[in-house]
Amino acid sequence: MTVPSLLPALPEIFLACSAMALLMVGVFRGEGSTRLVSVLSVVALLVTAALVLGAGSERTVTFNGQFVADRFSAFMKVLVLIGSALSLIVAMDHLEREQIDRFEYPVLILFATLGMLMMVSANDLVAVYVGLETQSLALYVLAAFRRDHARSSEAGLKYFVLGALSSGILLYGMSLVYGFAGTTSFDGLARLFGHGSVPSVGLVVGLVFVAAGIAFKISAVPFHMWTPDVYEGAPTPVTTFFAAAPKIAAVALFIRVLTEPFGGLAHQWQQIVWVTALGSMLLGAFAAIGQTNIKRLMAYSSIGNVGYALVGLAAGNENGVQGVMIYMAVYLFMTVGSFTIVLCMQKDGRSVEDIADLKGLSRTHPLLALAMAVFMFSMAGIPPLAGFFSKLYVFLGAIEAGLYVLAVLGVLSSVVSAFYYLRIVKLMYFDEPVVALDRPIGMGATAVLAGTTLFTLLFIVFQTPIVAGAATAATSLLAR
Amino acid sequence: MIVHALAFYLFSIVMIASAVMVILSRNPVHSVLFLILCFFNAAGLFLLIGAEFVAMILVIVYVGAVAVLFLFVVMMLDIDFAELRGQVMNHLPVGLLVGVILIAELLVAFGAWSSAPGASGIALAPVPTAEGVSNTEALGRIIYTDFVYLFQAAGIVLLIAMIGAIVLTLRSRVGVRRQSVARQVSRPREEVVAVRKVPTRGGV
Repeated sequence: MTVPSLLPALPEIFLACSAMALLMVGVFRGEGSTRLVSVLSVVALLVTAALVLGAGSERTVTFNGQFVADRFSAFMKVLVLIGSALSLIVAMDHLEREQIDRFEYPVLILFATLGMLMMVSANDLVAVYVGLETQSLALYVLAAFRRDHARSSEAGLKYFVLGALSSGILLYGMSLVYGFAGTTSFDGLARLFGHGSVPSVGLVVGLVFVAAGIAFKISAVPFHMWTPDVYEGAPTPVTTFFAAAPKIAAVALFIRVLTEPFGGLAHQWQQIVWVTALGSMLLGAFAAIGQTNIKRLMAYSSIGNVGYALVGLAAGNENGVQGVMIYMAVYLFMTVGSFTIVLCMQKDGRSVEDIADLKGLSRTHPLLALAMAVFMFSMAGIPPLAGFFSKLYVFLGAIEAGLYVLAVLGVLSSVVSAFYYLRIVKLMYFDEPVVALDRPIGMGATAVLAGTTLFTLLFIVFQTPIVAGAATAATSLLAR
Repeated sequence: MIVHALAFYLFSIVMIASAVMVILSRNPVHSVLFLILCFFNAAGLFLLIGAEFVAMILVIVYVGAVAVLFLFVVMMLDIDFAELRGQVMNHLPVGLLVGVILIAELLVAFGAWSSAPGASGIALAPVPTAEGVSNTEALGRIIYTDFVYLFQAAGIVLLIAMIGAIVLTLRSRVGVRRQSVARQVSRPREEVVAVRKVPTRGGV
């Protein structure tokens, strides 16, 4: 009996230990320690990111083949950690204002992030499930964190029930795969399907269920129904977190599950991803038009964004996967940035969430309006902003794989979605202000806003390292 | 062998009888108690087929935790069971219909059941067991070695569940009088006891 190598899992172990230590700090220092625990949590997340980057770049498998660390997992983990850290920074002021600043909030964020890292690094179907549950359970609690509000409790309950349903679907699929293949290990499954042999029908059914379960977690059509309600009901800092980190982790998990163990079944799953990608893009474009609540609008926008990311996955080639990774990187910064502005929307110390409250923002808060305009133009895919390039890489991958119909429909739906992104710009710049939003917006929010805006604006200048990193990561995932 | 058969029939009969009593008994607390009896006999059946780990888990988890939880819930909820029972008659036709359809479907499924050639041979093959290793020990050997990652991760899931339950339900109430042992002990005698001279027929 030998002790498994712990080194590849060092970031996860560090994050788990620091989450438990910070829980103790919070418990012993009592109320009023939230800011301290939050700051320490951000530090812990950054140290974890450093540990991820510091690990070797070659693929290492440990824990009896259940855990894998490679370039792909490193890229996605850094994105997840940045997303968690940024959403924690912008959350602090808002939590205090709304008087829900309890020290469990940063601790739960850390545990959720731990679950996401475990998802990204899973190399076994059971490890996928355990990581997913670690993440989901913390997210359910976070959605209901404002427990005195009916809408937050409703969001938490709705998310919990539907999440449990999706976990059941996922587990059912996994049990079918295990029953027909005889193994849950990704390496074993990859070997099984590597010969191009025709899989049994039961196995394909299992694959469909697994795909449906994960599609639920990334809120792709037709498993998106929970998203607008949960995004609207949950406290805004929690929504910021939901839109950023868990999406990236679940997309990373989706990529790994479909390309690594089921890579030999690409013909089977490509149709599924094709349909969900198209459905998500169209729904994201059309359903967002009639929204009046900014959080609901962002929920539909995130459904649409997941659709564009899935276009790259539907391609299934290296360029497609590279496109998805770049897309998620850009999406992270755009989403956190625009949600930071939503967090700043308050009148007389009370949060407002209507799109109409943004009217005339350029008159009252010129810089805030400028940042929002940058994000909206970028999400609409206007060159030379970051959102244009992320869409470009995804569609290039699709065209290389011969998915012309999907690419053309994707571009068309992106034109439709430009309508509601640009409507926000129009409200901010050409309408008379009805309410003046409070100022100042706080130091953390200002810093995050400046950083994300600069990233979105200047992506064209320093995109090389990100694009190159995504390329090597995609190669490491697919060229095995 | 005869003891084995006798034990099997004893456990089975008691189990089915107590399962029937769970739905038929008028007192809900009796129902839960019959449920516990049912669990115990199911554990006995598991013991007979040599699955002692499942038998223990059944007793510890289902009897020790779940059934006791049921008991608490039944005792605490204020439900008029007599009224509920009255409504049963309204739902009886639909319930019976669903039951008949389910049985019919099961019969059709079993009638059309055919296993792949050679499948029965695999199913009948005995599971290779190391000599003298009970299945509890066999599970213990792999759960802390091969599956230590999943074991630890499951522990973290449980920790999150605990934190979540506390976050969502714990409320610090104001105005609650709590016992402070330290203050009680450190009270000087003068604060507590006063010696008065009480005149006869005068009162304090």
